[in-house]
Amino acid sequence: MNNLLEVNNVSKYFGTFKALNDVSISIPKGSIFGLLGPNGAGKTTLIRVINQITMPDSGSVSLDGEPLSQKHIMDIGYLPEERGLYKSMKVGEQAIYLAQLKGLSKAEAKKRLKYWFERLEIGDWWNKKIQELSKGMAQKIQFIVTVLHEPKLLIFDEPFSGFDPINANLIKDEILRLRENGATVIFSTHRMESVEELCDDIALIHKSNKILDGKLVDVKRQYKINTYEVGVRVNNQLELEKDLSEKFNVSVANFKTLENELKLNIKLQQGENPNDLLSYLTQKGEVSHFVELIPSVNDIFIQAVNNN
Amino acid sequence: MNHLPLIIKREYLTKVKNKSFVIMTFLSPFIFISLIAVVAYLSQMNNDKTRVISILDESGLVKNIFKNSANTSYNYLNGMSLDDAKVLVQESEGYGLLYISDVSEGQINSKNLTFYSEESPSLTLITNIESEIQSELTLQNRINEGIDVEKLKASKVNIEINQESFDGEKTSKVDSIVKLIFGGAAGYLLFMFIIIYGNMIMRSVIEEKTSRIIEVIISSVKPIQLMLGKIIGTSLAGITQFVIWLILGGVLMTLVSLILGIDMAQMQTPQQQMVEQAMENPEANIQIQNIVAAFFNLPLANLILAFILFFIGGYLLYSSLYAAIGAAVDNETDTQQFVIPIALILSFAVYIGIFTVIEDPHGTVSTVFSFIPLTSPVVMLMRIPFGVPIWQQVLSFLILIGSFMFTVWFAAKIYRVGILMYGKKPSYKELIKWIRY
Repeated sequence: MNNLLEVNNVSKYFGTFKALNDVSISIPKGSIFGLLGPNGAGKTTLIRVINQITMPDSGSVSLDGEPLSQKHIMDIGYLPEERGLYKSMKVGEQAIYLAQLKGLSKAEAKKRLKYWFERLEIGDWWNKKIQELSKGMAQKIQFIVTVLHEPKLLIFDEPFSGFDPINANLIKDEILRLRENGATVIFSTHRMESVEELCDDIALIHKSNKILDGKLVDVKRQYKINTYEVGVRVNNQLELEKDLSEKFNVSVANFKTLENELKLNIKLQQGENPNDLLSYLTQKGEVSHFVELIPSVNDIFIQAVNNN
Repeated sequence: MNHLPLIIKREYLTKVKNKSFVIMTFLSPFIFISLIAVVAYLSQMNNDKTRVISILDESGLVKNIFKNSANTSYNYLNGMSLDDAKVLVQESEGYGLLYISDVSEGQINSKNLTFYSEESPSLTLITNIESEIQSELTLQNRINEGIDVEKLKASKVNIEINQESFDGEKTSKVDSIVKLIFGGAAGYLLFMFIIIYGNMIMRSVIEEKTSRIIEVIISSVKPIQLMLGKIIGTSLAGITQFVIWLILGGVLMTLVSLILGIDMAQMQTPQQQMVEQAMENPEANIQIQNIVAAFFNLPLANLILAFILFFIGGYLLYSSLYAAIGAAVDNETDTQQFVIPIALILSFAVYIGIFTVIEDPHGTVSTVFSFIPLTSPVVMLMRIPFGVPIWQQVLSFLILIGSFMFTVWFAAKIYRVGILMYGKKPSYKELIKWIRY
């Protein structure tokens, strides 16, 4: 069993509105899984189904090979997008309460909280009330509470919102460390650069349907555009450009160079080889730049959504 | 995993530790008692002032029938005109002037009597004067007609009908009043409890929504557990507050009356006079004995048991509705459209109780409403002192429990959907739709 979580053909209706339509995803053990999609696509509904907050109308979810049940609540840590804490409760008290709800004993919760509070250097917040803390500070507490019971599966919905860059980085490192310690992470966000940076696998949900999923590398391969960004130092730029546009599909590129090179994006057709292009170019001038354009998650996202 | 005790504990502790709750708990009895003390003190001050009432009797028929009392003294004027008398009374700042005009036929009637005063006179005073004159004139008339007054008095018959049920259980009018007071108090207590603590539950549900913690919580516990935990925790806090109020109120009441020497039990003049009159009356002692007897005649064991059961049942029924309302809305201002119908039904139950149970505790109206779940806790509590057959109590209680379970199911549905809905005020139609989610 290599997948920690299997979602099989899950559908969910709210009245006549279809929030999820026959969605299946598999999340490999120990991976960071990016759950992407435009606003209102059904991501939150899917996450709620995994958390057993909402029951699916059809389909099933299994965790570690077993169908989801009450006992799996301990195995999941969930940081929702709409999050908050009891404003008038003290930080320590509240964290212990929330940990107890996840099945930790009071003593164990206290011990682990001490460790985390020291780790994130917030030990002196213990007796403060949440309303005395800033939003970012409260988010830190929330993060600790989410991971405290050391769940197998961590679900973060927009985890970095509300954090300054330094703390966002701190949280990112903690997420990576948790993964090293064996946790599997589902990560839902609109910040594509963090998906690019963190995720091993992604799934894209659009209008209640899953339209794309797989290893991030595979997805990128699938969306590759066979286009190379080239820079050539040549005396007669116009002539070369005219020459190239007769042979290939060419458009103007824009990147930084030291000299005044000819900068082009060249799209190869089926069966054309980048080596042939390169040797052609070296005959014409001095090649300073030759890079395959890899589609960013952002591009893939926009393209996939627009195509559907 | 059963988290219910944990949730109850948190709800209870946060309620009890809440500053405004603590302040309300300890301050309310003080405020309440000091209000009573102030009123008592003021009315005592009021009593200390003696009213001087002048009487100008041109008919000469009511001579010396008015006796001076602690706060009223009578002053007879002679041989002056009405205008002079008015001026005199006004200048001497007397309370008022009773003028009886000359009557040639020797018969005083209403049009011969006038009371002049600066402000409208006290109602009790006028009633007193009227009844004094009335009985004096009646007496005079009887003497004039040659009726033997002593014989007439002796011939008067006093009747009080004994009441007895077919089973041989004796009751009386006093019994009925005592029963009414007991039933009324029980019903009213439930009413107050629901209004105060139902709202508290609703607010605490809204708080979880506005602070956005709700999704974190229900990823760990089932919504219905959270809801029940809230209801039970808040109720326990409410009971704590009630008990403290009772104890503190009792202690303060005793202290204040000891220190200030104000007799709280005899606050207002009219009641005071009535009590005094009753005391002079030899029948009054019998009355008090009757009241004590009536109290012990009540089906006490039944009453206490039924009170506990119906109180809990009724309270849980209503509070689950309040919890559902809290879940359905985003902030307190949106609660009105849902809270008002509940408050109306509840007041309706109290009025049904008060008006129909007095008239006929076992009549159709009160019997029917003591079975309908939303009104039954209040109406049944009011009926029970009058003796309700056990099968009726059991049936009504079963209906109550049944509808409580239905309401909890219904409320939990709305709760489950509502707590995750932000930003819009739902209509009744949408609430019905949520049940099918």
